[in-house]
Amino acid sequence: MDIPYTIEARPDTGLFNAKVGIWLFLASEVMLFGALFSSYVMLRVGSVEWPHGLLNVPIGTLNTVVLITSSITVVLAWASLKLKDFSKFKLYQGCTVLLALTFVVIKSFEYHDKFTHYYVRVAEGKEVKEMTGHLEGSPLNWTLANLNNPAHPITEVAFHPDPPKAHAGEAAHAEHPAAIKLQTAQIQKLESFGPWHSTYLAIYFTLTGLHALHVIGGALVIGFLWGPGSKLWRTQPERLTNRVEVSGLFWHFVDLVWIFLFPVLYLL
Amino acid sequence: MQHEHAEAIREATRKYIYVFLALLVGTIITVLASYIPFGVRSVNIAVALFIATVKASLVAGYFMHLISEKKMIYGVLAATAFFFVGLMGLIIWSDADHVSTIFR
Repeated sequence: MDIPYTIEARPDTGLFNAKVGIWLFLASEVMLFGALFSSYVMLRVGSVEWPHGLLNVPIGTLNTVVLITSSITVVLAWASLKLKDFSKFKLYQGCTVLLALTFVVIKSFEYHDKFTHYYVRVAEGKEVKEMTGHLEGSPLNWTLANLNNPAHPITEVAFHPDPPKAHAGEAAHAEHPAAIKLQTAQIQKLESFGPWHSTYLAIYFTLTGLHALHVIGGALVIGFLWGPGSKLWRTQPERLTNRVEVSGLFWHFVDLVWIFLFPVLYLL
Repeated sequence: MQHEHAEAIREATRKYIYVFLALLVGTIITVLASYIPFGVRSVNIAVALFIATVKASLVAGYFMHLISEKKMIYGVLAATAFFFVGLMGLIIWSDADHVSTIFR
């Protein structure tokens, strides 16, 4: 049985069916991200303090540029098919997949940085000292349980504290303080900057994680249409053009969500 | 007819390039504006969200072809906008309506 209206427009809607389908899907996606954005608003206005400067702005800006560039390549791939230029379609569609992968790789480096960045609370006599920084060797997501592992107990650990933050009107502190030795017995709490660390990081990982899943999903579809799916060009070129348009609409939506995520999470 | 269609696509492609450049400029402005000390953080938030809305409108209008779409798509989007505004409205409403202000 043939799927109706894959190429020609349906008389009542004036659109091929997949286009109606993708717009209905995008409407549900708006509500999904809308629910998370409204959760963000609730959490932020209800919090006593909201952290700033936890994320790397140049890296976030670079990823924004990568995603914007992928948005133009995906629309140029569709325009190439409209102009019957298959080789250019392959070029632009391939670039889109590469840019999507670049975005995911950059994002994974950002995530890795958070899971190797630590908050530590140390008891020094009657005083309690709180610090943030990195453990020697940058282990991934350690807790106090890793130091107190009965099989391999670690009695002392080298810690590289973050440089103190510059205050208004002050030059930023470029030099990192020297590494300090921390006795495991003194450490009351050791926690990486994962989603459990704070409300801000919980919503950051939820929003960017869901967005990254969309990037991966979109890249798989776009990659399929670039590779095996492009064989359709020989038999049904209009149908391939419509598929590329529909996948492109999804990709632009992914870009659109990031346009809001970037300032909300990185800058404000 | 075929020639006119190809010319229309080429014209649209030129617009896509302009939109792409505008999005890049918008990104730079967003980053720079976030460092301007307006005094109140809510001004920074408003400026960033305004620029983001302009950028999103460009993507939706040109890359997603919403400036010349069929009525049905506009209908779907109008329903989405209604529920999205409702969702955000409920959040703002609930935030402004604390129980503590009623049972004083």
